[in-house]
Amino acid sequence: MSDIMDIKYAASATFSSAKGLYDAAGKVKQEGYTNWECFSPIPVHGLDAQMGYARSKVPRFTLTGGITGFFTGMLIVWFMNEYDYPLIVGGKPYFSPIYPFPVFYELTILFAAFGTLFGMFFLNRLPRHNHPVFEHPDFGLTGDDKFMIVIEVDDPKFDDEETVEFLKRVGGESVQLIREPID
Amino acid sequence: MSEVKAENHEILEKVDPAPWREVPLVLNNRSFKWVTDKICGIVESKTPTWWWWCFITALCVASFTGMGLVYLVSTGVGVWGNNNPVNWGWAIVNFVFWIGIGHAGTLISAVLCLLKQKWRTSINRASEAMTVFAVLCAGIFPLFHVGRVWFAWWLFPLPNSNAIWPQFRSPLEWDVFAVSTYATVSVLFWYMGMIPDLAVLRDRAKETWRKYFYGFFAMGWRNANNHWRNFEMAYLLLAGLSTPLVLSVHTIVSFDFAVANLPGWHTTIFPPYFVAGAIFSGFGMVLTLLLPVRAVYGLHDLITQKHITNMCMITLATGSLVGYAYAMEFFIAWYGANSYEGFAFINRAFGNYWWSYWIMISCNVICPQLFWFKKIRQNIPLVWIISIFVNVGMWFERFVIANTTLSRDFLPSSWGYYSPTVVDIFTFFGTFGFFSVLFLLFLRFLPLMPMCEVKSVMPQADPHSDH
Repeated sequence: MSDIMDIKYAASATFSSAKGLYDAAGKVKQEGYTNWECFSPIPVHGLDAQMGYARSKVPRFTLTGGITGFFTGMLIVWFMNEYDYPLIVGGKPYFSPIYPFPVFYELTILFAAFGTLFGMFFLNRLPRHNHPVFEHPDFGLTGDDKFMIVIEVDDPKFDDEETVEFLKRVGGESVQLIREPID
Repeated sequence: MSEVKAENHEILEKVDPAPWREVPLVLNNRSFKWVTDKICGIVESKTPTWWWWCFITALCVASFTGMGLVYLVSTGVGVWGNNNPVNWGWAIVNFVFWIGIGHAGTLISAVLCLLKQKWRTSINRASEAMTVFAVLCAGIFPLFHVGRVWFAWWLFPLPNSNAIWPQFRSPLEWDVFAVSTYATVSVLFWYMGMIPDLAVLRDRAKETWRKYFYGFFAMGWRNANNHWRNFEMAYLLLAGLSTPLVLSVHTIVSFDFAVANLPGWHTTIFPPYFVAGAIFSGFGMVLTLLLPVRAVYGLHDLITQKHITNMCMITLATGSLVGYAYAMEFFIAWYGANSYEGFAFINRAFGNYWWSYWIMISCNVICPQLFWFKKIRQNIPLVWIISIFVNVGMWFERFVIANTTLSRDFLPSSWGYYSPTVVDIFTFFGTFGFFSVLFLLFLRFLPLMPMCEVKSVMPQADPHSDH
């Protein structure tokens, strides 16, 4: 019955220390798995390199936001005080990049901050309130004090028995398959 | 030669390397689970009775602001004590006071993050909350000070019925951008840092409303390393953006004064002096808030004496900077040989508002000097009392700056003595209630410490050692 009602998503193994996860992650990478992920209550220092992740791309979004903000500020001031309704204040030029500098400065930061937050969301593919990994009975503990490695079925190297054995070999404490129910 | 080596070897074996005596940031060798249960427990447990009493009291106090503003809008700005030439009165004093309070939160979350000060982790969430709520309180005053509050939107770059746009040479217009950006970025930073903790609360939630509430705001966070990688980068970038932001906000607030051609205001020392004062007052408020929170929730293992000592030292450093600025203002007034400037400062210290000047000096310059002494830094009730003095002193600083100059205008015929009305006093008093209402709600419903960050500075977080 359950075989029809759900599909296999991945094999998972829990660890109870950051070191356990870190060492095991190195072995998973070495073994040649490509479609896998680590879960931890904290950002584990050095795990990115261990997993072979490149540097995050969030800064690109920040830079784009910042540049957009700066020129938006300039455009606002130029359009409003020089182009659409020229305002004479103290007999000075209608527009100069100097006097309204605080406006450009603040908008640069404002847009860059939005770029950063939304860039983070975009790169993490969030919001996404459903995910097969949530089906793991102990998933909640990965926010508490458990660490977990999940190797997906989609991985070309995945094999029901071998992967489970492998996860046990690298020190996984509770190794089990994650099944995603379908309704 | 080999003998010597052998001897060395013998000695080396006997040598016991001195242990690295670093005070741990979380005391009593607590586990990750203890941290999770402690912080989540505050939110998940039954609402304590004291919380209700505090909340109801805070609501009553907040109603003073509500009534004050209703009376003001329905009657007119004349109900405040402002007059000509003291057009700014308490409104600007309260605005600068509250916005300054906010600055310590950003300093703790952003500047200390860039400086890799690990002790910030257990206090940054509550301080950021303080920032957001303080900025909300600050916003009330300029908003209602415009008089016809229903036209306040004219400050924003929106086309109004006269087709005139705001003019961007005014520091007050810069303020609109600075303060609204500050409020927005503070909220973003606060919220983003909270996402992993909201996910923890979501996963522990038993009641349906909690699942939906925390689940919605956690955005489906999964604790995956890929998530953490982008999160950490985004966090660092927001810290990097907030640092120049916090410095610019109080700089621009000080421009409100410094750009005006008035003696006592028109000085280049204002931006750094205001920023130092803001951090000083903010740390005062952080201590005022967190010491009771620590006692009530028993967070002594997380907010340790080390944290309190560090905060006291920053208060001491910034308090001394502020004291230096007060002295430098006097020196420049004398050295500049401008008789109006000279008069403004003599009048500050010995004129009709002399009492406010000396309250300011004793609270801001003398009081924090007590933090030189270890005994005082370790006496928690005394630290708390000094932090209150810091708050009082910084309010008086803004009062002194705004009012001594304005009440002694260039024309002696317009000299007078400015006093606030009861409406002024009630409106300001109420903002403490408004602030407390928000802070109590924060304590009740949101994780008051970033669990993931606290765990990251514990020895178990090290992936290279067995703990």
